Amino acid sequence: MTISAKNFRELRLEGMRRDFGGMNALKDISLTVRRGEFIALLGPSGCGKSTALNCLAGLLPLTGGSIWLDETRIDHLKPEERGFGMVFQNYALFPHMSLRKNIGFGLRMQKLPREVIDAKVEEALALVRLTKQADKLPGQISGGQQQRVAIARAIVVEPPLVLMDEPLSNLDAKLRLEMRAEIRRIHNMIGCSTIYVTHDQDEALSLADRIVVLREGEMRQVGTPHELYARPAHADVAEFMGYRNILKAQAQSHDGARLRMRVGGAEIAGCAIEATPGRDVIAAMRPEDLTPSDSGPIAASVVSAEYRGRDFYGLARTPEGLELWFRSDIAVRPGEALRLGAPAERVLVYAGGAA
Amino acid sequence: MQGMALTPAAPERARLSQRLARRGFDVTTLLLLPALLFVMALFVYPAIYGLWLSLHPMNGGGALANYINFFSDAYKYDTIFTTLKLAIPVTLVNLLISVPIALRVRHMRYQRILTTILIIPVTLGTVLTAQGMLNYLGPLGWFNRVLMLLGIIHEPVRLVHDFTGVFLSQIVGGFPFCFMLVLSYVTGIDPSLESAAAMLGAGPFARFRHIILPLLGAGLAITFCLAFVQAFAVFPSAVLLGAPSGPTRVIAIAAFHAAYEEYDYSMGSAVAIIMGAVQIIVVMLVMKASSLLYRGPVAGGKG
Repeated sequence: MTISAKNFRELRLEGMRRDFGGMNALKDISLTVRRGEFIALLGPSGCGKSTALNCLAGLLPLTGGSIWLDETRIDHLKPEERGFGMVFQNYALFPHMSLRKNIGFGLRMQKLPREVIDAKVEEALALVRLTKQADKLPGQISGGQQQRVAIARAIVVEPPLVLMDEPLSNLDAKLRLEMRAEIRRIHNMIGCSTIYVTHDQDEALSLADRIVVLREGEMRQVGTPHELYARPAHADVAEFMGYRNILKAQAQSHDGARLRMRVGGAEIAGCAIEATPGRDVIAAMRPEDLTPSDSGPIAASVVSAEYRGRDFYGLARTPEGLELWFRSDIAVRPGEALRLGAPAERVLVYAGGAA
Repeated sequence: MQGMALTPAAPERARLSQRLARRGFDVTTLLLLPALLFVMALFVYPAIYGLWLSLHPMNGGGALANYINFFSDAYKYDTIFTTLKLAIPVTLVNLLISVPIALRVRHMRYQRILTTILIIPVTLGTVLTAQGMLNYLGPLGWFNRVLMLLGIIHEPVRLVHDFTGVFLSQIVGGFPFCFMLVLSYVTGIDPSLESAAAMLGAGPFARFRHIILPLLGAGLAITFCLAFVQAFAVFPSAVLLGAPSGPTRVIAIAAFHAAYEEYDYSMGSAVAIIMGAVQIIVVMLVMKASSLLYRGPVAGGKG
């Protein structure tokens, strides 16, 4: 017997909306999730990502739109009728039940024969490597182990869809990396679809097949990790994806998507992401791409620098007072004058104006 | 004491205060003294004095004469059962009403208003409640008059000066207390546990049966004990609303009768001691039973 997700083709969200007393927590979320896909809902706190997850789970009713599992409309179903698995941020393990009982709870609710339950629980325990601890209570095991029990409990019922609400946010950095790999391994093994809520872009980039960036209840961008990392569609998405230098600039000349612009006293080259950026633009650069070189167009002096082992990350200020985050292979010292530059294809240009 | 092993083998003896501190006894512990004196003066001394008094019968006949007298007179020892017959159902009913209401109220937005309304009967005191019920439920009270006017009954229903009256007043008086305690236990249960159970396919009844009830068990046992002790000591409503010489002759009335009508303080004390003993036995039985239940934390996550 093996644990594998129930068969289905796709989950569709059509114009999913949720209002809280006149405020739109979610606006027109439309998304199709294929079987076996790992989707990360990424966004800063308060962007509506947990609301979206709870709506999918059935813990919050929708105020508009619909949810479909293949040809079945499911948004009016209660959580217990949807058959999805969910991993909660605080794990929500039943404190009065042994790990074995916790994991078997969903199967007992399905009134399966006892031998079947025992066999599946045993398998799930092996999957999360907790066979030895099976008879302990949740309070007697560590946070990482509790996390694994929560995952085992959610997947043992073989749900078509597993929902995870920031499952790693209560763990320390090392454990977080380990569990990340574990989650992806289990996802691949059972072949379910996973919707994973997080505010950590590293987590989203490393786990997901596709990332949905949410901001103020709106879907800002949907794409593969690479698309989001290399070409964020909007300046706010870029900022969230680690483009730490967000600078106001004036476009000087166009050549297709290439354009030259003035940033403070310097003229730099970049590539336009939005079709016609206009004269006032925003240039976004990752600190990793902005490095000191003799030919760099931006003159600045180092304000602070921190050692990161392989390289240095620093903050520099131009004579006009612009602050720039940069990376350097060689040691830099505060007060030092240097010239900074980034390859044109790594400087993303967005329409400015209001921002 | 692991701390002892860590102390250096210094030849000179540590100061007394340091030696005490090592055993967890420091100056702050002295702040207990006023409260301790208070408990001694107002509880321990009277209780021991009562016990001593009960062992010195007014009419002689050995130390245990009062107890032998109590347990050989059906009119006296029956009061134990009369009181239990009143107190146990009252407590159970209060508990059974409290749980569903508390489960509903915990999600309400105007919880404060509701709890305030519920607390009012407690603040009014038993005598005022009894007086009100006497008027309202009496043969000529509103309750009977309305029922007769509607033609539902033809003769007033006997609700006061009977077991029913005391029972109802005990519910009215005891419910808020029970409810507030149960509410605090219910709200202590992490709501995500119920969500988790729902996600695993448990309907409302299964969630109550498998999650809420087991986590509430120990709290319900404590609530039962406290509410029971309160109900067992019923006196004003048994006199005012009940039939104090018949079906509601509770043990407190027997004690009052002995001490203040027969002026036999010794016998009165003996009845009071028996009353306390019965309460302790019931509480111990309930706590023993509840020790079989889960009594750990009621949150789902770490910390």
